[in-house]
Amino acid sequence: MPEPSQNFSLTLRVNGAEHRVAVDARTTLLDALRDRLHLTGTKKGCALGQCGACTVLLDGRRVVSCLMLAVMAEGRQVTTIEGLARGDDLHPVQAAFVEHDAFQCGYCTPGQIMSAVGAISEGRTGSDDEIREQMSGNLCRCGAYTNIVAAVRDAAAREG
Amino acid sequence: MQPFTYVPVADAAGAAARALAGAQFIAGGTDMLQLLQENVVQPQELADLNGLGLAGITEEGDGALRLGALTRLQEAADHPLLRERCAVAAEALAASASPMVRHMATLGGNLLQRTRCLYFRDVSTPCNKRQPGSGCSALEGENRHNAILGGSEHCIAVQPSDLPVALVALDAEVLIQGAGGAERWVPVEGFHRLPGDTPEIETVMQDGDIILAIRIPAHATRCRSHYVKVRDRASFAWALCSAAVALRLDGEGRVAELRVAAGGVATKPWRLIRVEQELLGHRLDRDRVRLAAVWASEGAVTRSGNAYKAPLLQHTVERAILELGGLA
Repeated sequence: MPEPSQNFSLTLRVNGAEHRVAVDARTTLLDALRDRLHLTGTKKGCALGQCGACTVLLDGRRVVSCLMLAVMAEGRQVTTIEGLARGDDLHPVQAAFVEHDAFQCGYCTPGQIMSAVGAISEGRTGSDDEIREQMSGNLCRCGAYTNIVAAVRDAAAREG
Repeated sequence: MQPFTYVPVADAAGAAARALAGAQFIAGGTDMLQLLQENVVQPQELADLNGLGLAGITEEGDGALRLGALTRLQEAADHPLLRERCAVAAEALAASASPMVRHMATLGGNLLQRTRCLYFRDVSTPCNKRQPGSGCSALEGENRHNAILGGSEHCIAVQPSDLPVALVALDAEVLIQGAGGAERWVPVEGFHRLPGDTPEIETVMQDGDIILAIRIPAHATRCRSHYVKVRDRASFAWALCSAAVALRLDGEGRVAELRVAAGGVATKPWRLIRVEQELLGHRLDRDRVRLAAVWASEGAVTRSGNAYKAPLLQHTVERAILELGGLA
């Protein structure tokens, strides 16, 4: 077994690419993405799992990257907001957020979109009530919730 | 965050050895990372249990359900065996935290989740649980979320998890492996300890102990069950109060088996034996349930900010039983 260590050299698999990165044991997945890989689309809000701004997909499932140590993400598939579009073609959830004006300041938006992508793929967007419940881990201080629900509903219908 | 070392472990014996050498465990990490970020805990080493392979939910030969300690909350909430036979547990899990946290957090970790008491989480304030002997800031402070049952003059912090409340209603047990390798079963009802004068000791877990699984006995899977959670907002919030009920009626509609437990109001998942006794052997009707539920707050000690919890507890228990009994 490996010995306890404070410093690690990891391979993180993010948006289909492998990145070699040196981290301290304390480094969260969020900080590794932003500060080491310079994927700053994933946002840092509370750093306590309470706001959802840092939502990414881990092996296809929604997680908050602030509550995960980077060293524990080695070997897992991470998808961030940068990994959704195909060239200039927005992901359907991104397009729906634009179409429905589902944001104001935009800070929570990457997390909202990643959470919506996860919720749709989990099949948990069958009604507005279910969408509200499933998006409850993503806070929007601007209060764009009404349009966020509309965007998620629309994107889910298009993907379904 | 203070510096620490990290090491993955491959088996329970290896994990126990690390713990006895001073390591703390990490699994889902959702509580540990918050505690680290706010310097509430400062481990010298984190030993990662995710390699132990303790995930999954299975039915045992006698009809009991076994829930692996590393099963994620969302996986358990979605599992057909739990949804069909232990609804109270599936409902409690689905009402826990947020979807993202449920994808990360583990069942074993949920049993060990630390309190959300404001003062425990704020290292600038006295807290007997975090720093024994420093005093309890909640007794005369901001205590709207604190316990009205099971507290002491040293601590009124609530055990915040939903799942163990449901597990008490399901008569469940925890399988613990000791540092020497011996396994033992502990009823969930006896897993958490009252704060007394040692609020820093929260469970019966000893150094090097590891939770391997949770077992829900067959008789509980034959009950119908239900969880009601009351919170400040519609979702993603801690329980101000919750009620877990498991019920089986006999052929004549009388209560043959009943367990009721409350969360959000007590220092540990709180079994409501007196409420059960008031209803055992009787047919359920609205008046009888309402009168029985009044006993839920028996022994409550309220403070400046949490007196509302006594009537809230009575009404939450009443509602849970009425909804389960088809009387709501």
